[in-house]
Amino acid sequence: METKTDIETTFDLERIRKQFPILNQEVNGYPLAYFDNAATTQKPASVIEALTDYYSNYNSNIHRGVHTLAEKATSAFEQTRTAVQRFINAAESEEVIFTKGTSESINLVASTYGRKFVNSGDEILITGMEHHSNIVPWQMLCEEKGATLRVIPVSDKGEIDLDDVQSLITSKTKIVSVVMASNALGTINPVKKIIELAHEVGAVTLIDGAQALSHLDVDVQELNCDFLAASAHKMYGPTGVGFLYGKRKVLESMPPYQGGGEMIKTVSFEKTTFNDIPFKFEAGTPNIADIIGFKRAIDFINDTGKANIASHEQALTSDAQTRLSNLKNVRIIGEADHKVSVVSFIIDGMHPFDVGMMMDARGIAVRTGHHCTMPLMEQFKIEGTVRASFAVYNTADEVDRLVEGIEKLTSRLK
Amino acid sequence: MSSIQEVQDSIVEEFELLEGDREATIFYIMELGQNLPDFPEEARTEDNLISGCQSKVWLTTSFEDGKVQFLADSNTDITKGLISLLIRVLSDRTPDEILNADLDFVEKIGMSQVIGSQRSNGFTAMIKQMKMYALGYKTKVSMS
Repeated sequence: METKTDIETTFDLERIRKQFPILNQEVNGYPLAYFDNAATTQKPASVIEALTDYYSNYNSNIHRGVHTLAEKATSAFEQTRTAVQRFINAAESEEVIFTKGTSESINLVASTYGRKFVNSGDEILITGMEHHSNIVPWQMLCEEKGATLRVIPVSDKGEIDLDDVQSLITSKTKIVSVVMASNALGTINPVKKIIELAHEVGAVTLIDGAQALSHLDVDVQELNCDFLAASAHKMYGPTGVGFLYGKRKVLESMPPYQGGGEMIKTVSFEKTTFNDIPFKFEAGTPNIADIIGFKRAIDFINDTGKANIASHEQALTSDAQTRLSNLKNVRIIGEADHKVSVVSFIIDGMHPFDVGMMMDARGIAVRTGHHCTMPLMEQFKIEGTVRASFAVYNTADEVDRLVEGIEKLTSRLK
Repeated sequence: MSSIQEVQDSIVEEFELLEGDREATIFYIMELGQNLPDFPEEARTEDNLISGCQSKVWLTTSFEDGKVQFLADSNTDITKGLISLLIRVLSDRTPDEILNADLDFVEKIGMSQVIGSQRSNGFTAMIKQMKMYALGYKTKVSMS
């Protein structure tokens, strides 16, 4: 038996857990241990209540409404924009565009900036550990424009080498789009340095922050990235909401994404003039309720304290990784020096699906499969991994249960 | 040889011994999978893959003395175990027996609760594919 953990938390974990109603349930006769946070985190009651409150008390379409409910809804909606601006330290709230999520944010950049500024012979640079949503939009753009997608290699440890980045960034490079923290491996990439290198050749940079924002301090002005994409539902917020941060100058140089309401200034059948940022990129009625709920998620992170969240998650992660790696037939996939709270592993001789189902039978939710990173899985010559990813509400006891469950499974192997 | 119904009844009895313990049931299904006969390497082709399954499932058949023989394999042990149940019930039967089979054991052992809806869909796809093969052999026989 592996020794149990003795993790001290810097905050009142019970008080945090009480804020998440979903955690208080049994799954298959066991208390739920939810380790699928990199796919989506659970939502605190404040977020859930914000949705009910909106629909119960002030549901109304936003902007251009003079009545009281419209005014209230618009104000709450725009407060989220300001909250996001402060959260990532953007220079102004107009630089925050609401989208459906990270995927749409990246597609927006590929379809507008990419279509306008990428030409035949140009290059777009990504890493070998990107999520499909930071691969496919660029492939589509390259196909359309006759441009080339270049890939920064990933080492067996799950890291990229800045020397490779340096040699791959050339005068042909127009866009560098890299993930800040890998969803499959947990690796935290040296994005600040990559951004510097990209800017030396005049390329614009997009940071996929989907896995980073609930764990790491992200300051877009300090990073000096041109774009940052993220999803609310991976940071304790509702699904169907995300944002794209873009520098004003870059956003203003871009054509609109979709046509419709909200994004126009004037429309006649002869000519339409487009609205200013951010509205130019927000055609149609947005996901008002969920965007309002998103602010409560940001409040939750701020109130809990990112440093507290990070240190708690890191303790769980390093404990889980060490103990799992000591089990026979278990191989950790992704052992970067700097990681977010993701432990990806395989058990030799067992398919990840089977491991996932056995864990589920014990009330433990892990994700299994390729994590939408098929090229990366190909590199490691595996079909997928079992991934446990930790959030602020996970406990040392839950990690014990995970390790015990995996140990029981491995002990069955011949 | 036992009838399809008799084999199904004995499967239901075996699963009843597990008393609805989910973990024990999955372990049991995985063990069943490990006892599947070896699958011929040359049959592990794209054509023999069943679409609609979350994991990879290969199925190949032969027709001998008026009976259909099934061989199958999967890349996951649980799926292998599930196929082994189907093979136990449906292999070495005439096309008519297969086509008329009412596979009530699936519901009786609470398959969808154990394996979840995504895998249940794959299981249904497997049954459909096996019945399609039976229909193919039946048509072939009636035309010859």
